[in-house]
Amino acid sequence: MLSRTADSLFWLSRYVERAENTARIVDAASRLAALPTGYGAVGNEWESALAASGCLAAFTEIYGEEATADAAIDFLAFSPANPSSIKNCLEIARFNARAVRTALTAEMWETINSAWLELKAYGAGELDLTRLADFLRFVKRTSLAFDGSAYRTMLRNDAYWFTRVGVFIERADATARLLDVKYHVLLPPEAQIGGSLDYFQWSSILRAVSAQTSYHWVYRQALKPWLVADLMVLNKQMPRSLAACYENITRNLDQIAHGYGRQGAAQRHARALYTQLESSDIDTVIAGGLHEFLSDFIADNGRLGALITEQYLV
Amino acid sequence: MVRAFDEMTGLGAECRAGYEIVDTWLKNTPPELLRQRRHEAELLFRRIGITFAVYGDAEGEERLIPFDIVPRILSRPEWDRLEAGLVQRVTALNLFLDDVYGKGEIVRAGVVPEDLVYRNPYYRPEMQGVSLPHRIWVSIAGIDIVRVDADTFYVLEDNARTPSGVSYMLENREVMLRLFPDLCARHRIAPVENYGDELLATLKSMAPRTATADPTVVLLTPGPFNSAYYEHSFLADKLGAELVEGTDLYVRENVVYMRTTEGPKRVDVIYRRLDDDFIDPLAFRADSVLGVPGLMAAYRAGNVTLANAVGTGVSDDKAVYSYMPEIIRFYTGKDAILKNVPTHRCREPEALKYVLDHLPELVVKEVDGSGGYGMLVGPKADAAKIETFRAKLKAHPEKFIAQPTLALSTCPTFVGEGVAPRHVDLRPYVLTGADGVRVVPGGLTRVALEAGSLVVNSSQGGGTKDTWVVDVPTPQQMQQIHQTQQQQQASAKPV
Repeated sequence: MLSRTADSLFWLSRYVERAENTARIVDAASRLAALPTGYGAVGNEWESALAASGCLAAFTEIYGEEATADAAIDFLAFSPANPSSIKNCLEIARFNARAVRTALTAEMWETINSAWLELKAYGAGELDLTRLADFLRFVKRTSLAFDGSAYRTMLRNDAYWFTRVGVFIERADATARLLDVKYHVLLPPEAQIGGSLDYFQWSSILRAVSAQTSYHWVYRQALKPWLVADLMVLNKQMPRSLAACYENITRNLDQIAHGYGRQGAAQRHARALYTQLESSDIDTVIAGGLHEFLSDFIADNGRLGALITEQYLV
Repeated sequence: MVRAFDEMTGLGAECRAGYEIVDTWLKNTPPELLRQRRHEAELLFRRIGITFAVYGDAEGEERLIPFDIVPRILSRPEWDRLEAGLVQRVTALNLFLDDVYGKGEIVRAGVVPEDLVYRNPYYRPEMQGVSLPHRIWVSIAGIDIVRVDADTFYVLEDNARTPSGVSYMLENREVMLRLFPDLCARHRIAPVENYGDELLATLKSMAPRTATADPTVVLLTPGPFNSAYYEHSFLADKLGAELVEGTDLYVRENVVYMRTTEGPKRVDVIYRRLDDDFIDPLAFRADSVLGVPGLMAAYRAGNVTLANAVGTGVSDDKAVYSYMPEIIRFYTGKDAILKNVPTHRCREPEALKYVLDHLPELVVKEVDGSGGYGMLVGPKADAAKIETFRAKLKAHPEKFIAQPTLALSTCPTFVGEGVAPRHVDLRPYVLTGADGVRVVPGGLTRVALEAGSLVVNSSQGGGTKDTWVVDVPTPQQMQQIHQTQQQQQASAKPV
């Protein structure tokens, strides 16, 4: 496969995944922001949302310190000034898709192209909440349909494996950032646990990754912050957890190595990270500092992306 | 202007062979349904992403070429005659190119003027004396054909460089089959879907002798910003070939490689959709970032095949075009089966005088223009435009040719006010490989959607139609078809 094709596939799937992650964050934040004060609104919800999407700095540069709901939603969803706004993500994804149309199945192309056409109906400045909810549903539906058509229609060869690796690197990054922004609410000493103050914060984290029901199935008890962290960092059953992402990353990278008859730094780095996740338990992670753990992870995950680029995509 | 010949009704109201079923269908289908279907067709094209870019148009970065739902029909006997003419013509084009880049016999025999060939802007001295494997220069040709009456087809233009549009031929058929399965099933339509396989076979047959038994074929595109990018990706898909851009390829020791996730891979045949000027900054335009440095050296060394060959533009320019009847006779010893449009070469003084005297009746074209740009359509032009052209002609007569305005045939077309005749042309695609010449039946029909307009170019608001080569039904078959139709109509009526 052409290196350029692999590169476009990798980024195509990353951008679709990123659009969905941002949509989830906006969705969770707007619910939390709608709660009466005293129900867990510990800080500015929109600031957290911007931080979780990794664009707080870019935002403050344009809008200043105060993150109003309108400005934040616009910046996260539509703004051309934000390279990772949902609209930009879908546009970049479509541009990449167009550049590698021959490597996509008809279903994948039609999904991303239709989304791109539909995207034009949603514009900046549209802050009506019903309309926003429509938009977020549309983004999630697009990502789901794209992922689903990839899963159902692509040949299981390097093209497929590169898209999978892209999805899971992006997802691991999103989960880690989401947790990192909220790490302080997951960390209060045991004495405060059970108080209602943080309940909505924890549940909003779960909501952002569609894991409220899963939590109850897995732990069969009321929300506990360290269990929320356990679910999202170490639990391999949870499809957005770091461990699950790395299980997939290592498997797909191994497939590539097997297909090409050669492995390299990317495979070794991914396996080391996966082993680390597999052999950790949440108490140790929290004892060592959740924030430090997540910062290291985000850096390591980014390095894997660079290694893959070096090894295959140029 | 004389009344145009209509391909469905001739000059009167009778229905011509092959069109019977479509005629009945058009009469019996309510316009709302046709409108609905046309809308569906547009949605299909948009969703699949069949678009083209219009240069110099910021708004319409990606546009659809309008699709007309009424098929254009050629009966089998009409097509057989056309096909024989196409094969003859493209064979002659290849012999001509092999000759002018070789011994130049046709020039020495005085059949074609020397300066027309060797001072032609598309003549590539780099190719002089290069012997191509299989001596084939034009593997993919698109021959533009117009019709003026029941028997006369003219070749309007040869496209021997990088003819485009074949993806529309293929997609138009797919859309027709999806929207009108009944109508299609009632005809015996020659299939076109094998074009991709035929093209691949043609390209593989052209591989250099040093290639393996299964040569690597790639399609070289200028990239997503090119107006025909959709077609490039579409064809690469049909070929199962990598769609490469210049930066994906590199040359080492006169061998072409592509950069892959598994390291370098040798390339044997390049179906290039990039003009000569841009393919190699070391040989041609140094500012080209689209090409591959060193490609020409690899090509001349015989390590890679380019399709079409470099330098084919010398055979399809409008000045050389006017010599095609002589060229065909020179190489094949036979008269051209397909006629040329009578052409005045303005480089010749008598012709120039005639043209200047008759400007309001003539179509004047630049010899190296394309896409319908920079031409004068005399009967449609105002006095000022005619005078501008008169000045241009006098200054550089050798840059122009002139032709009479032809009464191009019309086809029924579904437009705003209903079904009405519109002028059409036809571009069949002719493939030439080491193993012979192949023509997929039909081609791309372009239609001028504005009433009376003769300009069919997509860049100027033309549309396309599906083109059917049909076996004409026997009288018994016709009767059966009518019966079925009547039954269906009877059963479709509300009780």
